[in-house]
Amino acid sequence: MKTQDFRKNWWKIAGIMLLVWVIAGGLLFDVPQLPVLHETIRNIYFHVGMWFGMIFILFVGLVFSIRHLLRNDPSDDLKAYAAVQVGLFFGALGLLTGMVWAKFTWGSFWVNDPKLNGAVVGILTYLAYLVLRGSVDDREKKARLAAVYNVFAFVLFFIFIMIIPRLATASIHPGLDGNPALSTGDLAPEMRKVFFPAIAGWFIIAWWLYTILYRTMRIHWKIEELTENS
Amino acid sequence: MAYSGNFVYLCLIAGFYPNVMKTIVELNALLRKEMMLEWRRQSALGGVVLYLFSMVFLAYLAFDGRINTETWNALFWLILLFSAMNAIMKAFIQESERRHIFYYVMVSPATFINAKIIYNTGLLIGLAIAGFLVFTAFLGNPVQSFFLFFINLIAGMVGFSSILCLVSAIASRARNNFTLMAVLGFPLILPLLLVLIRVSGQTIYGTTFSAVAPGLITTLLLTAIAITLSNVLFPYIWKD
Repeated sequence: MKTQDFRKNWWKIAGIMLLVWVIAGGLLFDVPQLPVLHETIRNIYFHVGMWFGMIFILFVGLVFSIRHLLRNDPSDDLKAYAAVQVGLFFGALGLLTGMVWAKFTWGSFWVNDPKLNGAVVGILTYLAYLVLRGSVDDREKKARLAAVYNVFAFVLFFIFIMIIPRLATASIHPGLDGNPALSTGDLAPEMRKVFFPAIAGWFIIAWWLYTILYRTMRIHWKIEELTENS
Repeated sequence: MAYSGNFVYLCLIAGFYPNVMKTIVELNALLRKEMMLEWRRQSALGGVVLYLFSMVFLAYLAFDGRINTETWNALFWLILLFSAMNAIMKAFIQESERRHIFYYVMVSPATFINAKIIYNTGLLIGLAIAGFLVFTAFLGNPVQSFFLFFINLIAGMVGFSSILCLVSAIASRARNNFTLMAVLGFPLILPLLLVLIRVSGQTIYGTTFSAVAPGLITTLLLTAIAITLSNVLFPYIWKD
């Protein structure tokens, strides 16, 4: 590998190394033995990390949507679209890992809990975003409508996941008093050396996937433009 | 120094005051226009009321007239939600594209969306009261804290209209309107609906104001955010 290639791509290698560390360490290292949880506590490296990655990449999408509205640059909208798709992928992974964990901890894949329902609402919101994009033909109009919806949806969805769990009388999901993602500070010290790299690793993978998706979509877009004009 | 005082005063008159007056005049004209349109097209409103009535009657038949309190509550809000979606869907669709160009030269976009929200709030409150009466007639009235139930109902209708107006504007710009309205609207309205159903359930069994205050505050907060976002975002989609 050439030096400038390495300089450009070192963060991808770092991301892979981090995830190798997380998978090996997450499955092999000792974890505190807690009642009910037992070994399933290892899922925190994957489930929580993926959910963090989703929120991160959806936030990237929000930023590009706002930038599209301000500067009216079509590539910003394409970036937001790519980010939302990666966010949905990570959301699906987070949901699946959570469901497998729930089966072994709570005894069923799904329980009626405010935090779980909030997750589904989020997925539905962004699936609706895809449907909206699909039902408008004019490219400029599509970009503007999608950007407006993305901003509206992101803000309402995040108010929702911040407030509703606090209103609920009881939640079976870990993370007391509201947002489970923010209460990981009381994690056991021996788990932190895997948990923090896990978050960094999933962030990097999410960003990497997003850049790949954006570039392929951009190529498709160029091809479409060329074939339309010829 | 006296000059600067005058300057501030002049700024107030020249800048702020006429804008407020202009907004009030525009809002007034737009609301009158909405009412006039509604009056001329009574069949549209009639359709929504008939939809509401048919749904309640259908529920009455399906449940054989016997219904427990939780089901009453859930059914009431679901039927209200579907009726509200139907009512607000026509807010933007019934006006042609060309007329929007006319509005575009006449009024500011923020005033336009605010007028839509205010008018549809009034419409939904009327619809909710009608719905409540029809429900009482067919399925009984289990509500014990009537005043709080009513406050929650009105707050909910304000919230519905403030969230759904922007969604309706987006959906009217795309094709296959009703599906899109439902697909876009449901996930956004769901949080609000959950809070409303919870508070409404409390008021049915009888409760105090302090017990339902957090729910009501959440409703108001969501409404305020939706209205702010509508004002900020609507200017971007109303130009075609």
